[in-house]
Amino acid sequence: MDFTRRETLALGAGAALLTVLPFRAFASVDDLINDFTGGAETGEGGLELTAPEIAENGNTVPIEVSAPGATAIAVFAAGNPAPPVATFNFGPLAAAQEAATRIRLAGTQDVIAVAQMADGSFVRASKTVKVTIGGCGG
Amino acid sequence: MISRRDFLQVSMAASAMLGASGFGTWSRLAAQQALTQDQLLEFDTFGNVSLIHVTDIHAQMKPIYFREPSINIGVGDNKGAVPHVTGADFRRLYGIDDGSPAHYALSSGDFSALAQAYGRVGGLDRVATVINAIRAARPDALLLDGGDTWHGSYTCYHTQGQDMVNVMNALKPDAMTFHWEFTLGSDRVAEIVEGLPFAALGQNIFDAEWDEPAELFPPYEFFERGGVKIAVIGQAFPYMPIANPGWMFPEYAFGIRDENMQEMVDEVRAQGAELVVCLSHNGFDVDKKMAGIVTGIDVILSGHTHDALPEPVLVGDTIIVASGSNGKFVSRVDLDVRNGRMMGFRHKLIPIFSDVITPDKEVAAVIDAERAPYEAELQEVIGESESLLYRRGNFNGSWDDLICDALLSERDAEIALSPGVRWGPSLIPGQKITREDIWNVTSMTYPNAYRTEMTGEFLKIVLEDVADNIFNPDPYYQQGGDMVRVGGMGYRIDISKPQGERISEMTLLSTGEAIDPARNYVVAGWASVNEGTEGPPIWDVVEAHISKLGTVRLDPNTSVAVTGV
Repeated sequence: MDFTRRETLALGAGAALLTVLPFRAFASVDDLINDFTGGAETGEGGLELTAPEIAENGNTVPIEVSAPGATAIAVFAAGNPAPPVATFNFGPLAAAQEAATRIRLAGTQDVIAVAQMADGSFVRASKTVKVTIGGCGG
Repeated sequence: MISRRDFLQVSMAASAMLGASGFGTWSRLAAQQALTQDQLLEFDTFGNVSLIHVTDIHAQMKPIYFREPSINIGVGDNKGAVPHVTGADFRRLYGIDDGSPAHYALSSGDFSALAQAYGRVGGLDRVATVINAIRAARPDALLLDGGDTWHGSYTCYHTQGQDMVNVMNALKPDAMTFHWEFTLGSDRVAEIVEGLPFAALGQNIFDAEWDEPAELFPPYEFFERGGVKIAVIGQAFPYMPIANPGWMFPEYAFGIRDENMQEMVDEVRAQGAELVVCLSHNGFDVDKKMAGIVTGIDVILSGHTHDALPEPVLVGDTIIVASGSNGKFVSRVDLDVRNGRMMGFRHKLIPIFSDVITPDKEVAAVIDAERAPYEAELQEVIGESESLLYRRGNFNGSWDDLICDALLSERDAEIALSPGVRWGPSLIPGQKITREDIWNVTSMTYPNAYRTEMTGEFLKIVLEDVADNIFNPDPYYQQGGDMVRVGGMGYRIDISKPQGERISEMTLLSTGEAIDPARNYVVAGWASVNEGTEGPPIWDVVEAHISKLGTVRLDPNTSVAVTGV
């Protein structure tokens, strides 16, 4: 055995997660978004969600949200056992309506951001972030 | 903005050098007489700026053979689009005659016979001659190196990249970007980069802790050439810590970061750039997608996926140039830039036929000096091959079949895994296999050939994961390598399916039995990205295997069935 026991376990654990969880938006994510929007329709545009296409480390994935004029931005990791990640609220004195953080992703999934704009409307953006075993690029 | 007329003037080396003979009718001498250095270099200098592009040299300083792939499948929007066109289809597309020098240089098919006729390709002393000739016509031409330069040979490994640094410095590049260089470890990379006499660029090289641009690698560099203010923006390989061991360079984060690329383009344009060149190690399909998203890039010099295209591909107003690998090609791109705009271009992909192009004496001396301390080890003959040994192809290559055989027998395993890298020259039938040849296809800083157990279920996860890195229909989710090579096990792959559904009918070849998801299999492999991987270096495993065989004979590999193309 040339992988250490610990690494093999770590690899195995990652693999188990990859197979067990269905990484699609849970019904509950839609419910959670509905809770945030109060059931209002979500539009597009005016909200930028920046996240890597492929995570370098699924345990700490840098993401950034920006929505000029927003009063709040909620972030969901649709495939995590607990999808809500954060809600950023911006007061009237906030210089910019943007926030950056790092999140943990259990596997390949959609990260979803929903912003509440000053006029009470909602916009939504999402991005698929892939979590991969890695190896052998050319 | 690019006039149709100028586009039609795009020339291909092939058109200037076609011999009258058909395949198989000439001797080696006649074939080479049909080619001259002047023909290869022929170019009507155009406009006011010249770019010279080399990329993915993988430390190949000496002439080699290099077979282009016969299987290179495109998916999504790139299905059937270059560079995913191979062999005879590629020749029809570009009007290349069968058996011509361009056939041999650019496409697969009849490789062994054509290699006998046309000889080796590459050699950085020949590349130097071509660069010097371009500089004679345009003294202020920009030489840009797309990276994967300080990796891939015996001497590069033993000098930690210093041999390539010294030889490349003799060619006097103006800028460079990176990929495998980082597998030297971040301390060594910093040590070299701090002493480089040219720009080390990467707009997507970030500090991992602060997620801010890394200080050592500026995003861009300005050049004033031919009265034109040129900005060259670097784009390093986006997926380094995923495709390669991130623990070797933990200070850095990468990613495509096309939003930052757009910011950089806007920034250099605001500073007066009249021509914006992206020196990229994205891989061709990623560059194509990026060209459609980021506006304001005039030229993308594309590397990583080792494609050699005789014409640039146009995406909007951006031209994408792909210059092959292993020192086999040099691209020359002449541009007419007026009033802050690219008005036209002329391009030539110059194949480096080693027997036709005279080596540059100065650079040849630098190469010899780098190799001299290792010459005896390099030239030691380990065996001989009756079969063509090559690597490129989506699913297998005969070099990898041999490496997998070596892992199975030397590491006493049921299944072997070998990484789907695209570097590594070819050997033609009848060639002696030297230690240098073995290192050319195995050299890396994480070479340990592990032996471990994996369940059938986990093996499927590995194959599905790698397959999605190649066949995800969105290029931004591709890493640019080929499928992991498998020994001892066959499988079926439907590339049109999503991840988790592509792989089926996994079969243990020794028994013909289906792979049992619950059973443990003894697996040997190499190039693990995990820290602390143990085992002998792969080159020792392969050398032991070849020396036992004496003469290598390989049957065609039929263990992977491909559907959904």
